[in-house]
Amino acid sequence: MPDHILLDPTAETQAAIVPRLKRPPSIKGKTIGLFDIAKMRGDEFLDRLDELLTARGHTVKRYRKKHFTHLAPIELKQQMRSECDLVIEGLAD
Amino acid sequence: MMRAMAQDAVPQIDTGGKRAEAHAFVAVVKRDCPTCALAMPVLREIEARGCKLELHVQDDLSFAAGFADVRDDTALAASYRYGIDTVPTLIRLTDGREDLRAVGWRREQWQAITGIAALGAGLPDYRPGCGSLTMDPGMPARLKVKYGNTGLASRRIELAPLADPVEACYERGWSDGMPVVPPTEERVLEMLDGTARSPREAIGMVPPNLAECTVEKVAINAVMAGCRPEYMPVVLTAVEAALMPAFGLHGVLATTNACTPVVMVNGPIARAIGMNSKGNVFGQGNRANAAIGRTLQLVVRNVGGGRPGEIDRSVFGSPAKYCFCFAEDEDDPRWESYAVSLGFSPQASTVTVFPGDGITQTIDHISRTPEDLCRSYAGCLRAIYHTGHVIGVQAFLAVAQEHANVFYAAGWSKARVKEQLDGLLKIPVRELVPGRSGLSGLTAEEKADPDRLIPKFKNGTFNIIRAGGSAGKYSAIIPSIGGRGSIEPVTREIR
Repeated sequence: MPDHILLDPTAETQAAIVPRLKRPPSIKGKTIGLFDIAKMRGDEFLDRLDELLTARGHTVKRYRKKHFTHLAPIELKQQMRSECDLVIEGLAD
Repeated sequence: MMRAMAQDAVPQIDTGGKRAEAHAFVAVVKRDCPTCALAMPVLREIEARGCKLELHVQDDLSFAAGFADVRDDTALAASYRYGIDTVPTLIRLTDGREDLRAVGWRREQWQAITGIAALGAGLPDYRPGCGSLTMDPGMPARLKVKYGNTGLASRRIELAPLADPVEACYERGWSDGMPVVPPTEERVLEMLDGTARSPREAIGMVPPNLAECTVEKVAINAVMAGCRPEYMPVVLTAVEAALMPAFGLHGVLATTNACTPVVMVNGPIARAIGMNSKGNVFGQGNRANAAIGRTLQLVVRNVGGGRPGEIDRSVFGSPAKYCFCFAEDEDDPRWESYAVSLGFSPQASTVTVFPGDGITQTIDHISRTPEDLCRSYAGCLRAIYHTGHVIGVQAFLAVAQEHANVFYAAGWSKARVKEQLDGLLKIPVRELVPGRSGLSGLTAEEKADPDRLIPKFKNGTFNIIRAGGSAGKYSAIIPSIGGRGSIEPVTREIR
């Protein structure tokens, strides 16, 4: 059996290179989303950020996905994008 | 595939009143066929009657010496084009198109096709032909690749003529570390013979890249993993089950935990494809167990892009991440199988995918009552991850024959054993560890009472199955993270 032509077992996709957004020069007047991925104690970290940001007069919105083992639903990502200027995500335990 | 024609069925032949001379004939023969040797004088007679005869020989051209139009078909191009599966085959062409064919030697058929009444008068009425070389093992797929349109969509990767294809697979990152079978088009076509589903059918999106996975991509990875085509229904169902949202494959892959998809097969197909449910059930040595489990891992790696050190963040990993696949032992009817307990028929074949880290054994040679044995189990089950860990922990308990005999003798069902263990696996709040694995998964009310009893599997699933060898008082725990709403066992029936 000729073995020199193989079929590609991968999804044959290429990684899309998405340039990072530039950091805003200032967060003054921005709406800041705090995104809790539902890992243990992520809320403690985000609660503290909420306190600090709110105390400085920033507008803060909170978001949470159902469980950290599952990807955030598209609707939630779209909601954050439409309601916030920037989002801070608490990733780990 | 080749057109099949039953050798013992006589097709209704209508010559339409046309004389044989109005037609052309194509015959395919090989020397290594006694029926062809028998039919050669008949073919000479057809030619002698002035009929145009194109004679294709699959092996030894000298077999047809003296014929006017002999074609060398050792490359089997014509045999493939005419869909020959048996020799001799005699085909009648009218206006260049086939309208009749005879397979093997059947005198009345040959006479009818040629319109020559006394053709082969001295020969037996019937002799079956022999297999065409187009039907040799591996040949149908090879010819389809060479002369046909395979319809396969995947990119072809041409290696240098002397390149080692196994090494080429390593170089491209397609291997789990062990050699893979090079996925040639021929092997993939043969693998696809194991399913009636279209190669183009999409069966789900594989994390972490959420890449579309087709039946064809599964077949390619099944080849690489060492599957036989008859494993394909199990393989496809296992991949589908693992891609169900409830299983949470992304989490299973991305976690720092050692867990990995475990594939358990129930029902008749497990026996049909020779899966192991008994001695060394979780170990090496059974092709179906090994290759089916490995295919799922390769699909995650190659289609989904899930690789260690990238999205796979496991601290330790586990040998189970090469493959962890087995059949539940359903031979003793005293306990219903896992699938039956879910409501599937005993005649249904199912695949269950659940997360597991590997195994840890419970050894108890002493207990002779179900109560004592359950106490042993409970001690071992409580220790999973941490004696005070009750959130996001779950397990399957595999009970081998000698332990099962203790429960059988007492008339305890699986459900009764589970009920007993549920009662034993209650841990006071004061013994729970703080933080992620303990208190943080409890309500304020639960935390407030140090004497309150919390189930070990507070939000995790706990199931009991039968598997393993007949000698030795063992059971095995397959622990994992996860639980209801995050990472759960998923069962699908094989269709």
